[in-house]
Amino acid sequence: MLKLKVTDRIDVLPRHSLLSLVFSLTAGLLAISVIFLVSGVNPLYAIFKIFSGSFGSLYGLKETVTKAIPLILIGGGLAVAFRAKFWNIGAESQLLMGAIFGTWVGLNWGPHLPWPIVVPLMFLAGFVGGAIWGLIPAILKIKFSINEVISTLMLNYICNEFVKILIVGPWRGKTKHGFPYTDDLPLSATLSVLPGSRIHYATLIVAVVTVILLGIAIYKTRFGYEVRVIGENPDAARYSGIDFFKTTLIIMVISGGMAGLAGVGEAAGIHHYLSYPESISSGYGYTAIIVAWLAKLNPLYVILSALFFAGILVGGDAIQISLGLPAATVQVFNGTLLVFLIMGDFFLKNRVTLQWDLKRN
Amino acid sequence: MADPAAKSNRSANTMKKIDNLEMIGISKSFQDVMANTDVNISIGEGEILGLLGENGAGKTTLMNILYGLYQPDSGTIQINGKDISIKSPGDSRRYGIGMVHQHFMLIPNHSVAENIALGYEMTPLLFPQRKIRDSIITYSKKFNFDIDPSRSVWQLSAGEQQRVEIIKALINGADLLILDEPTSVLTSQETQDLFQNLREMKAQGHLIILISHKLDEILELCDRVTVLQKGRIVGEAQTTDVDKKSLARMMIGREIIFQIEKEPMERSDKVITIDNVMVKNDKDLAAVKGISFSIFRNEIFGIAGVSGNGQRELVEAITGLRTVESGRIFIDGNDITNESVRCIYNSGIAHVPEERIRFGIAPGLRLYENAILKQHHKAKYSNKLFLAYSKIKEHAQKLLSDFNVLAPSINVQTKNLSGGNIQKLILGREISDGPSLLVASHPTYGLDVGATEYLRKQLLKRRREGGAVLLVSEDLEEIFELCDRIAVMFQGEFMGILNSDDLRLKDIGLMMAGSLRL
Amino acid sequence: MEDIIISVAQRTLVAGTPLLLGTIGEVICERSGILNLGVEGVMSVGAVTAFIITFVTGNPWFGLVAAIVAASLISVIHAFASITLQASQVVSGLALTMLGLGISGLVGKPYIGKPLTIKMQNWAIPVLSDIPIVGPILFDHSPFFYMAIVLAALAWFTLEYTRLGITIRSAGENPMATETQGINVYRVRYWCVVIGGAFSGMAGAHLSTSYSKSWIEGMTAGRGWIVIALTIFALWNPMRAIIGAFLFGGIFVIQYLLQPLGISPNFLAMLPYISTLFVLFIGALRDSRKMNAPAMLAEPYRRGER
Repeated sequence: MLKLKVTDRIDVLPRHSLLSLVFSLTAGLLAISVIFLVSGVNPLYAIFKIFSGSFGSLYGLKETVTKAIPLILIGGGLAVAFRAKFWNIGAESQLLMGAIFGTWVGLNWGPHLPWPIVVPLMFLAGFVGGAIWGLIPAILKIKFSINEVISTLMLNYICNEFVKILIVGPWRGKTKHGFPYTDDLPLSATLSVLPGSRIHYATLIVAVVTVILLGIAIYKTRFGYEVRVIGENPDAARYSGIDFFKTTLIIMVISGGMAGLAGVGEAAGIHHYLSYPESISSGYGYTAIIVAWLAKLNPLYVILSALFFAGILVGGDAIQISLGLPAATVQVFNGTLLVFLIMGDFFLKNRVTLQWDLKRN
Repeated sequence: MADPAAKSNRSANTMKKIDNLEMIGISKSFQDVMANTDVNISIGEGEILGLLGENGAGKTTLMNILYGLYQPDSGTIQINGKDISIKSPGDSRRYGIGMVHQHFMLIPNHSVAENIALGYEMTPLLFPQRKIRDSIITYSKKFNFDIDPSRSVWQLSAGEQQRVEIIKALINGADLLILDEPTSVLTSQETQDLFQNLREMKAQGHLIILISHKLDEILELCDRVTVLQKGRIVGEAQTTDVDKKSLARMMIGREIIFQIEKEPMERSDKVITIDNVMVKNDKDLAAVKGISFSIFRNEIFGIAGVSGNGQRELVEAITGLRTVESGRIFIDGNDITNESVRCIYNSGIAHVPEERIRFGIAPGLRLYENAILKQHHKAKYSNKLFLAYSKIKEHAQKLLSDFNVLAPSINVQTKNLSGGNIQKLILGREISDGPSLLVASHPTYGLDVGATEYLRKQLLKRRREGGAVLLVSEDLEEIFELCDRIAVMFQGEFMGILNSDDLRLKDIGLMMAGSLRL
Repeated sequence: MEDIIISVAQRTLVAGTPLLLGTIGEVICERSGILNLGVEGVMSVGAVTAFIITFVTGNPWFGLVAAIVAASLISVIHAFASITLQASQVVSGLALTMLGLGISGLVGKPYIGKPLTIKMQNWAIPVLSDIPIVGPILFDHSPFFYMAIVLAALAWFTLEYTRLGITIRSAGENPMATETQGINVYRVRYWCVVIGGAFSGMAGAHLSTSYSKSWIEGMTAGRGWIVIALTIFALWNPMRAIIGAFLFGGIFVIQYLLQPLGISPNFLAMLPYISTLFVLFIGALRDSRKMNAPAMLAEPYRRGER
């Protein structure tokens, strides 16, 4: 009788990681093909369209980089939070809070101050906004042991409505003919883009620099060490005298703050005003969860995995137009890939071998 | 699956299924480590077989195979001369095999009746708790157990929980009863009661296998003994033909068990004072009820007693992991009551925790990262921001050589070390900073003889060097061997504190059972 | 005035029904030790399946059965990842949510905005429904409502007073000990996850074939997450879930009641989510929570061999 034997893998080599990654992505794409097939779409064509739409042309590449900016920022922050097993699902609303805070600074101070002062202030305000929104679930978890998955999600719904209250109410723009948008940000409060694209490079630079700093922080600093101990074994962290409350607060300041930075980038770099939450974010906060997971929670790898998923977002837009598929297609893509990434982790942690069972039965 | 013959026996619980049982040529490996190599054992009707060996010799693995928890790599099991196949605990129970594990397989939040109903084949589908009540009471009366089926298991003492386990096995029709280190949680009086019960069962025709590393128990209770060493059988004998000395030689492969030199020392300055401390347990009940004592330099202070009498809570209170409800704790004259764990560590209290894998290490981090688990904030390993990895690795390397930790390198993930080496690493880490007080909870529990001996010597070395040690252990041999003074803890209180040369120590069993207070 | 009371009470019970169904399922699942955060996605799959099948066949009962089947099937993904592969149940649950929301959006696209001509008819219970006030409030509902109440009682009874219940609870409290009693913990947990999924599927069917009679993307609107909070609020007890679910049903109804008073509709839309946080907060102040949570909830369990 042929039977499967599962044993712990003692040492994980780089080629194992690579293999499990290749396996996960291939199997994921196969599964997605099946879903497409069932929905009556030619999977080869659809998948080709997605990747040619995002990586196959200069225009596509530019859009991919543009969408990678918020994903790098948020994914980097989530990598830190997830490493400490703090399941922050609230990046979506932390992004929105950043956009709100940044827009307020831009609208109110922009007309009176030059851009070298306004833009940094907007980023600072956005960081603070996201951080405050991220601190709430951290305090709820440590002081009242309220599950952070639920609290961060509830805060997403609450913040969504809050943005709508602002744009239909007190913040509705006088120049917008009654549409629920704020006024345009003044020129000194917008981010310039690379010519011929929507790449707001200031945010891109901030994003790349912060994830590199985070990479160093995780592997070289006292803070990073404490984060890793908490994530590996919370009991040992308590035993060793690590201050849970303080460390968790810092983690969520970073994670929420980086999502807030992304929000400023979207508001000041793409839209130039605050509008409906769905148009400000298009689900970056959720996509970034998989970005962080694909990057194996290493902030440095986040750059690559953010580009990959940004490509799927852009390609998803492309097939929406050419194949008439709904926006949810991207979620199918993301969900399926995440499922297979989890499965890949199993083969990374365990050695699975087939062997002949010689025992009589 | 089970063969039909066994299935038909299922209905008739009273019918006898096992006259004799043999395990033939059993081998089992875990990740290329052989736990059992070509092991043969046999047991016949009305016999008590002792399975002797030190920790890690492969006794429990062998019995887990018989009970169906593990599948052997090779080998067969025979009942009454016929080959049988045991794929799961369900199978083994149908064949009439029952096992009382060392760590009880009970669900603390459930009642006794629910625990027994879980696997009992006659459990009715509806209202099981009420309907099997009578059978439980019948069985417990038969062995003079006093067990209320509606009580929650967490409310029971360790001895009572063990009785529930035994009833659970018998009610399921076990002819062969396996007991894994059953006396480790019992007081000496409870041990005698258990042995009396086992003898009665033997008289009724039950087959019993007793796993133990205690020579006295084997000689007292068993008819025959099989000795395991490193997964192989190294000896077999009728217990009437052997004595303690020859058994010890078989078990360890050399003459002497322990001969650790404890030189007499004058105790000097007071290190720690515990003053009337009260602590609550996780269920919010008083676990430590007003305990006071002091420990001095050059002294090992032992706390003996059966686990679960408040030792854990006391240790956690001293090391800052648990809130002190009332009373004070002073170290070197400073009040550290309810200070943070880090502050207490910095004031000179190091801690070798009870469950070493659960508390002592971060298993996925590398060895050198675990070598500074509690010291990473100290100036020698980090500044405000960065860790000094070169110094950390140097320190880890030194720990490996100073404390005899066997590891391929300091870069391995710590979970890949053996239990003994993890414990040496933890002890080394805690001692290396020269703490005023070392708190060690069950430091040698589950370790092999070599590691045990090494760790005990290290504790004595610490004492010689002027440290104070608080040793919590269930192992009386260890307590007697190492301690200068011994306190006996029962239900959150000290039943007395004795010097190691006090003659009244012979009554320590009574004190552990709470029936003698000095 | 009487009419308003009756209508509010009735709508409260209607709005609470999917929450109750979902919560019963999650209680069963969590009692066996598996945390399923995918309820939102599974509910969505149930909703879209029920809608399409009802739309095509014209029979809402076919829709309900199809929803249960589809929801159970997609839940197997979570069962496989968290039980067989011992993956992080949080991440696996999130993946299930994304996948469920995505698939339902993809499959349901052609049906957006199409109204259902036939819906699950109300069952007015003879005699009882004629009682003044109480009758119309309690005894004139869609079959979903009665099913939810009966299933809650049944689930409670099963968990507390049957052999099966002891087995499920034991798997969540101590899988190792349960396995030594000859019980296949993997199988118990698989079934509980699948049954939990079936309940979410029923909740989804209620949304699309009874509550709103249409399919819109994202129509579950966070109810799946509220279900997870309600499970904690109910202290893993299906009977207490009844109270919690209808409390939240009331909050959904109050939105419409307060709207004419000039309160921002967006603020009112926040209420269920704020209440969820509030309810968790109140729960945190009670100590009993620690005692009731299944001891090994969300801890991966690896069978037998070490």
